[in-house]
Amino acid sequence: MSSVRVLVGTRKGAFILTADASRKSWQVSGPHFAGWEIYHMKGSPVDPNRVYASQSSGWFGQVLQRSDDGGRTWNPPAGEPIPTPGPTPPTASNNFAYDTSASSGAPLTTHQWYDGTQHPWEFKRVWHIEPSPTDANTVYAGIEDAALFRSTNGGQSWQELSGLRGHGTGPKWQPGAGGMCLHTVILDPANPDRIYIAISAAGAFRTDDGGKTWKPINKGLVSNFMPNPTAEVGHCVHHVAMHPARPNTLFMQKHWDVMRSDDAGDNWREVSGNLPTDFGFVIDVHAHQPETIYVVPIKSDSEHFPLDGKLQVYRSRTGGNEWEALTKGLPQANCFVNVLRDAMAVDTLDDCGIYFGTTGGQVYCSPDGGDTWSAIVHDLPAVLSVEVQTLP
Amino acid sequence: MTERNTPAAQVRVQLPYHLRNLAKVDGEVTLAVSPPVSVTSILDALEARYPVLAGTIRDHQTKQRRAFLRFFACEEDLSLDSPDNSLPEAVAEGREPLLIIGAIAGG
Repeated sequence: MSSVRVLVGTRKGAFILTADASRKSWQVSGPHFAGWEIYHMKGSPVDPNRVYASQSSGWFGQVLQRSDDGGRTWNPPAGEPIPTPGPTPPTASNNFAYDTSASSGAPLTTHQWYDGTQHPWEFKRVWHIEPSPTDANTVYAGIEDAALFRSTNGGQSWQELSGLRGHGTGPKWQPGAGGMCLHTVILDPANPDRIYIAISAAGAFRTDDGGKTWKPINKGLVSNFMPNPTAEVGHCVHHVAMHPARPNTLFMQKHWDVMRSDDAGDNWREVSGNLPTDFGFVIDVHAHQPETIYVVPIKSDSEHFPLDGKLQVYRSRTGGNEWEALTKGLPQANCFVNVLRDAMAVDTLDDCGIYFGTTGGQVYCSPDGGDTWSAIVHDLPAVLSVEVQTLP
Repeated sequence: MTERNTPAAQVRVQLPYHLRNLAKVDGEVTLAVSPPVSVTSILDALEARYPVLAGTIRDHQTKQRRAFLRFFACEEDLSLDSPDNSLPEAVAEGREPLLIIGAIAGG
């Protein structure tokens, strides 16, 4: 019988929630890495028992963890304690060194700081981990300050795909309120050379040659906080989602505005339609219905909580513009939590399950595509990310 | 005896709670460190013994101490000294530990 494993990253550790396909009775494991911030966890589609976790701390920096048994045990891929003194290994799984080589790294010097001056790139943490759909040892990491790294040895060592920072617009990127983070990595399942990424606050970018060269894909985005609201870069993209069967169609939750592209990001159009507010962070696509999408509207960029204290997921069955509120089982009074950008996921069971986590520590599940909701857990630390694995 | 032939001292290090968990150790760590014993030579030995700690106390590239960590020994704050300075004899001889302390801050 199929089952699901929900990977929850929080401000104070990681939790793993498991259930059978009915998704009614849940087992909770954790906290793993207690006391550390877990920005993201994600399993390999090739080997679901291989799960990566980004563990970080304001005190101790970044640690990369990997489990090869579905989250029961964890080790840094290149940093296991060794019993006797020996030389430091030549690699370290938490070493994200920007490319400063004379050939490719030379132009990658600075980005725009909050006050408009230029500021050097400084590694802070891994925001998002994206394992390859075809190779269990290949995995991508989106980091702050924004850059994309790839490992081909299961996370033991990382190399920057420096063509992203180096394509020319890097000096115009600037941090959003949460830092200058590369938070979204989407690997095209039909074209291994095509990767989409998104950065706050720079925008969305695409490569068609496996990461060597990149171009901004922000035409159609309008960001009124910018001096030029339609500039090529500078947009605060919060999240992008794609259905694997339609890799040319992208859905975006921007700072304000829900957007859609049907040409791999070359052109975007707004599909906010009748949403009560089009500010928000998460966006995701139903596993079996590529035109069914979900967002959680948030009041505004100044007030990061649901409108009127009512937690509502909005669903569009038409790929945007026409939205319906989903409220059954969600708190409809005095709810002032946020749902952060990587904190929504879908399973691939039939019916499709929808999951999201809140900064109030709840993780909600809808086993019927959003019609009804219940909380799997109520009182975790603030949830930073939610991913789901559907297991045979 | 030349410095090169001086036997390595057994140096004691106290790690903060989260780094003990990360390195999977209980209590103090004892390391063989060749003189001259300094913060740098101790951290080199510590990271060699426990590679998982590389990058958690000092930056991989710059070797700068992380801002929210401090180094103490013999009731002195050594954090702002050059990490290459020789540490007090009591530390070099293992009579006193080097304390790596996390700032009391945050939520």
